[in-house]
Amino acid sequence: MSPVYFDHNATTPLDERVLAAMLPYFREHFGNPSSRHEYGREARRAVDGAREQVADALGAHPSQVIFTSGGSEANNLAIKGAAAGLTPSQLAISAIEHPCVAKPAQELAAQGWKLAKIGVNTAGRIEGDALEQALRQPTGLVSVMLANNETGVIQDVATLAETARKHGALVHSDAVQALGKVSVDFSVLNVDLLSVSAHKAYGPKGIGALIANKAVEIKPLIVGAGHEKGLRAGTENVPAIVGFGIACELAVRRVSELQGRLRGLQGELERGLHGMGAVIFGAAAERLPNTSFFGFPGIEGETLVMALDNAGFAVASGAACSSGSTQASATLLAMGVDNELGRAAVRVSLGKDTTGEQVREFLGALQGELKRMRGLAAMAA
Amino acid sequence: MSYSTKVLDHYENPRNVGSFAQDEEGIATGMVGAPACGDVMKLQLKVNKDGIIEDAKFKTYGCGSAIASSSLVTEWVKGKTLDQALDIKNTHIAEELALPPVKIHCSVLAEDAIKAAVADYKSKHGTTVETNMCSSH
Amino acid sequence: MVKTPVYLDYSATTPVDPRVADKMIPYLVEKFGNPASRSHPFGWEAEKAVEEAREQVAALVNADPKEIVWTSGATESNNLAIKGAAHFYSGKGKHLVTVMTEHKAVLDTMRHLEGEGFEVTYLDPEPSGLVDLEKFKAALRPDTILASVMLVNNEIGVIQDIATLGEVCRGKGVLFHVDAAQATGKVEIDLAKLKVDLMSFSAHKTYGPKGIGALYVRRKPRVRLEAQMHGGGHERGLRSGTLATHQIVGMGEAFRIAKEEMATENERIRALRDRLYKGLSQIEEAHLNGDMEWRVPHNLNLSFNFVEGESLIMAVRDLAVSSGSACTSASLEPSYVLRALGRSDELAHSSIRFTIGRFTTEEEVDFAIDLVTRNIGRLREMSPLWDMFKEGIDLSTVKWASH
Repeated sequence: MSPVYFDHNATTPLDERVLAAMLPYFREHFGNPSSRHEYGREARRAVDGAREQVADALGAHPSQVIFTSGGSEANNLAIKGAAAGLTPSQLAISAIEHPCVAKPAQELAAQGWKLAKIGVNTAGRIEGDALEQALRQPTGLVSVMLANNETGVIQDVATLAETARKHGALVHSDAVQALGKVSVDFSVLNVDLLSVSAHKAYGPKGIGALIANKAVEIKPLIVGAGHEKGLRAGTENVPAIVGFGIACELAVRRVSELQGRLRGLQGELERGLHGMGAVIFGAAAERLPNTSFFGFPGIEGETLVMALDNAGFAVASGAACSSGSTQASATLLAMGVDNELGRAAVRVSLGKDTTGEQVREFLGALQGELKRMRGLAAMAA
Repeated sequence: MSYSTKVLDHYENPRNVGSFAQDEEGIATGMVGAPACGDVMKLQLKVNKDGIIEDAKFKTYGCGSAIASSSLVTEWVKGKTLDQALDIKNTHIAEELALPPVKIHCSVLAEDAIKAAVADYKSKHGTTVETNMCSSH
Repeated sequence: MVKTPVYLDYSATTPVDPRVADKMIPYLVEKFGNPASRSHPFGWEAEKAVEEAREQVAALVNADPKEIVWTSGATESNNLAIKGAAHFYSGKGKHLVTVMTEHKAVLDTMRHLEGEGFEVTYLDPEPSGLVDLEKFKAALRPDTILASVMLVNNEIGVIQDIATLGEVCRGKGVLFHVDAAQATGKVEIDLAKLKVDLMSFSAHKTYGPKGIGALYVRRKPRVRLEAQMHGGGHERGLRSGTLATHQIVGMGEAFRIAKEEMATENERIRALRDRLYKGLSQIEEAHLNGDMEWRVPHNLNLSFNFVEGESLIMAVRDLAVSSGSACTSASLEPSYVLRALGRSDELAHSSIRFTIGRFTTEEEVDFAIDLVTRNIGRLREMSPLWDMFKEGIDLSTVKWASH
């Protein structure tokens, strides 16, 4: 029997309607959108249609959508591409950004930019004061994620963006984890640049987008035959773009209902976790309704994750790309969690098909594992 | 690139393709454009002794819109005096064929072909037929 | 009756082979895990599939799987290879060499580097489209860090002698990058023998999916690159970003099929191409673009004199082919590849690239011959230039009344 999948922040299964929309573009409508014949024009129409769907879903204009190979590329393009259009000054990013924001920022630090990290409080929230502090230095670009991939903590990006803008900085927000879980609206967030990815929202892997205010001068990272208005060269990945379009549309349609249902499951899950003595990271902040990042003091996260896998539950000890590392999560360290508790961290991220029964079974299995592990620990002591 | 149905019709079924012998009585020839510009139009008019254009033929090296513009012009000039022919303006052609902005030059070229043919006729026949050829400018 | 438009544009993109699609779909549906997830079977299953595909891609070109880095396509591979090497080795020198007929992804990358202070030599090809060995040698300087030459040209299908060019580069300590996007499944590639350091691949030109490609990065002698995409440290830090498992699986399967079937498939395709050429060469004033010997069997590129390019494309719209005119927003630009071979603008404009592929039939080829022959005849009937040519007038001596 297939394990229960509780790792939706790593990736999500494809919605069957997304698959159905994509399939014709592999074989029947396989044209290259740059071709002028009917095969090409058909592919071009599909790309244009999907661009509108993505734009509509995100409160943006189709001309603001730059398709990329995924969230990582969108974040690289936002940071490096926008910085290349500016005179080097300070770049301020939060201390809890994903590596695909943090590493490009470090690259820029080697190229004449001053890098400022905006700290978070113990709840994992960026406070306005911390940003103000950073903005005392002339700042060209600010990047703050909308929802953290590990804790699920949601930042007040609209307010932070307003502050940053008052100081003349461009604002980027990584909304990869937020899409499909909470409302993501480019015009409401009022940022200049916004990154999204399809595969975190029941769309395909290999496709994402940067939503960019056209007043921002962006230098492309990948150059060539001038696709995406010269901002991102390479033959358009038509089936994935089509899938992304419909995934965005479906995400918007289901988000409020899904949010409510997931909150209910999250509440049930976390009451159970609490009862077993877990610390829930970021509990004091507003969080994504599907994400619970927690630890049991004295119990290694990696070990618990493995035990849960044996019990039939696929969970993670943190972000997928850093899995296997024995370091505590950078996000937790930034929140002031000590390294030992940090290493106890386990992330459960629920999805649209998660049921209450699965959550209850999970709690049951967890209780059993904890009992066993605590028993072993007691014996060893 | 999408073409209007009228352009497609003239392109698929061009009217009056062909040539008259240059030395035939009453034949005027106008050739405009250049291969390097992507269009060459040859328009020939057959003018009767009353100064009426009895027949017209064209040959065009050019895009679909250029072919359609010249084909249309051969239809329009028939039965007209040379003066009346000179009243055909590129805007009329462009409007009739619903040419997009990037193809307006095709209609300009067709108008130029009429002017060139009329000028050829006049150089062969003195000014006996026409008066006032520049009035509309 | 053939179904129109007949697709003869396999160098633009190919449909996904049904066998490839069948292998991909499970990785879109039930095997959806993130290959970077190390803590559960969903991730392990995806990672295993990614590594199998890496072996399949490596096998087609006789490389070590560890030398294959996944990218989003050949454009990204070209960018990563050229910028990555130029940045890493900029201490050694700031000069690069390439050819005027390279793909835009290479040429634009070179221009980008020029903007950063690198110097680039753009070699003119011979009229055949091939690079002259002596001119190539002469272009390499002590401060040259990298040369980039494509294996198969996308427009004219000519095959460059990368074995010899590679030897020259290795002898002079210059890194050699080869864009092989148009070559996989068409020509044998043996990276154990070739002195190639970096090679770009694409899946969608070889019956695999769009949105996936790879870069070969030689390990012995080791070639180092500066990453262009940073993040979670995927692909040994050379290219971050969640791996698109289904696309990778598709590329692997597409390359496996190519390896298995290319010998027989290329013979079938060559017969079709030769039939097409035989038919179309009956047309007067049809000029072959590019060398016929050093050419993939899939490609035929002809210019038809005294016919205007755009009307030609309109006339053959029951064929899905590429023309020598790249449509920019307002005007038609003649193909820069044909211009580099020394073709006039007119001949460059009036060219058609026919590219034949796995699903092309003899009926389709015959349909194309008939359609093109009839329409060239029709357009020439309408062409004053054809009349003049037939009258023996040398068009280059005519004074045109330009407007």
